[in-house]
Amino acid sequence: MSILLNEESRIVIQGITGGEGSFHAREAVEFGSKVVAGVTPGKGGTDVDGIPVYNRVIDAVVNEGANASGIYVPAAFAPDAILESIEAGIKLIVCMTEGIPALEMVRVKKALKGTGSYLIGPNCPGITTPGVGKIGFMPNFIHKEGNVGVISRSGTLTYEVINMLTNLGIGQTTSVGIGGDPIVGSTFVDMLELFEADPATDLVAIIGEIGGNAEEEAARFVEEKMTKPLVGFIAGQTAPPGKRMGHAGAIISGGKGTAAEKMKAWGDAGIKVVENPAEIGKAAVSILNS
Amino acid sequence: MKIHEYQAKKIFKDYGIPIPEGDVATTPEEVRNIAERIGKRVVVKAQIHAGGRGKGGGVKTADSPEEAEKVAGEIIGMNLVTHQTGPEGKKVKTVLVEEALDIEKELYLGIAIDRAADQEQPVIMASEAGGMEIEEVASKTPEKIIKVGANPVGSFSGFQGRKIAYGLGMNKPVVGKASKIIESLYRLFVEKDASLVEINPLLLTKDGELLALDAKINFDDDGLYRHPEIKELRDVDEEEPLELKASNAGVNYIKLDGNVGCMVNGAGLAMATMDLIKLAGGEPANFLDVGGGASAESIEKAFRILTSDKNVKAILVNIFGGILRCDRVASGVIEAATNMNLTLPMVVRLQGTNVEEGRKLLQESSLKFEVAEGLFEAAEKVVALV
Repeated sequence: MSILLNEESRIVIQGITGGEGSFHAREAVEFGSKVVAGVTPGKGGTDVDGIPVYNRVIDAVVNEGANASGIYVPAAFAPDAILESIEAGIKLIVCMTEGIPALEMVRVKKALKGTGSYLIGPNCPGITTPGVGKIGFMPNFIHKEGNVGVISRSGTLTYEVINMLTNLGIGQTTSVGIGGDPIVGSTFVDMLELFEADPATDLVAIIGEIGGNAEEEAARFVEEKMTKPLVGFIAGQTAPPGKRMGHAGAIISGGKGTAAEKMKAWGDAGIKVVENPAEIGKAAVSILNS
Repeated sequence: MKIHEYQAKKIFKDYGIPIPEGDVATTPEEVRNIAERIGKRVVVKAQIHAGGRGKGGGVKTADSPEEAEKVAGEIIGMNLVTHQTGPEGKKVKTVLVEEALDIEKELYLGIAIDRAADQEQPVIMASEAGGMEIEEVASKTPEKIIKVGANPVGSFSGFQGRKIAYGLGMNKPVVGKASKIIESLYRLFVEKDASLVEINPLLLTKDGELLALDAKINFDDDGLYRHPEIKELRDVDEEEPLELKASNAGVNYIKLDGNVGCMVNGAGLAMATMDLIKLAGGEPANFLDVGGGASAESIEKAFRILTSDKNVKAILVNIFGGILRCDRVASGVIEAATNMNLTLPMVVRLQGTNVEEGRKLLQESSLKFEVAEGLFEAAEKVVALV
């Protein structure tokens, strides 16, 4: 079992003829993902490694039964690509694009409301279900099938954590990078809800960072609704206020969004919080063995 | 991106938001001329990006053009220190000279994107407690802040302005003026991809006029690509020189006060690496994210930037190779260190794709690196070197 990405998922890659899109489409196929189509307006009728390319997402849905999409298009076109997927009825939309203006994401989220579609990202490494497939650019070799769910706002730090778990013999149900922007399609809470309902997931590893209030909202959800144990880490304990730490969303503003506040909120909600990210694997092992 | 008050006021003017009469100057003589033209009591305001200018002595009133010239002589060229500039302060090059006004009431008006799940849209905030920092008002007397969410998909509706204006205790003729200002400010926020606009204080004069006494606009960096006219307003003198150099090189760098330099791929891992250095008993000298597609060239650029901070006594390179292969990173590090004659002690930790090949390259090179495998081990090793 898994969340969002499963055996039924048939993936269309928007921007498949670009450098990033074609590279990651190949990597995804190598990982076992069912990539059934690509979309690049104007390149319809061609193919990439035998994967048919269409002009419109709706054509990929009608002809190939696509029900999940991965978006690798430049920031100026990405909001439109997301809206096209929503309109075509795609239920899992994963957008890797970095640099989308926050106000565009505000509009996209209004359009998403009530459609039942999940948007992961933007500015994220994507989603991987070991043994099934992946959308995005998490490296193939780090994953292992198992019973831990992973949710994170960052990229390489997520790979570290997944790799650490795998090296300790702990596999994952699904790993999701929700993205580092101020407004993201799916929040920690959205993913926690799914992991709580997934019978194969026994524990959730959650990695937050400074800025915003997604961690505090997650803490409230964990306290009220989660029965499964969690381990967590918050990056940015040493980050100075007022500076954007790479991710557009990682900024302490007006004294709000500090790592200390978030760690306290998580701890109070019953999440096993580690100060040292190198210990998140060990913390997971000790809970799973208890 | 931040801009100066006088630049923000020009944009306000374009949007029909009333501002006091005034002009910018760079010499005391110009200040005198402007004061003469205004023909009444004036305020001379230092133009730097930081807040708290008044308390730092960067804002002064003058009763005559002569006095304006005199106070301008004190402000222009001064090193203005405020709670936001850091102890080194900012040198004042430009001042804004404006008519002084009779104050009836000082209000606050601002717009920002609220990231809370039940909003996730621009929120207009107003308060009767103008002139104070809104964060302070929010934490001490949150009931004094009126908030109205605004969906950028639809258009601005009159009730949104009235909700705020009546909430601020305004009466009939002023309510109309306030609603117009709120609507204009919201239009500006959306059309220019702002991340924050603030009028603090929004002044109500004794004759019932509303004016923006101060003006602050921050822009969403991700929106700048579609606003070349805003990009032009960037004042690079206001930025930390090393951070400016880094942004020109396409590297994410933020200078900190410690002595352990670090170079990492990915923002989350870069923050976690700083945390690990601290946890191991050291102090990070910087945040540095070389990005996902780091090449030998970008690694060299990153090294040059982080080593131009003279406080750096040792370096930690922490790379998780995914798509980016560790052997490529290792040869980049070796090439850069050799080209630069880098003599600082260094710990290199590689994890991920082709890690064995990468470690072998490092060990076989003539350069002295300590190689670490674990995350925390790397931090402990580098801290031991300073």
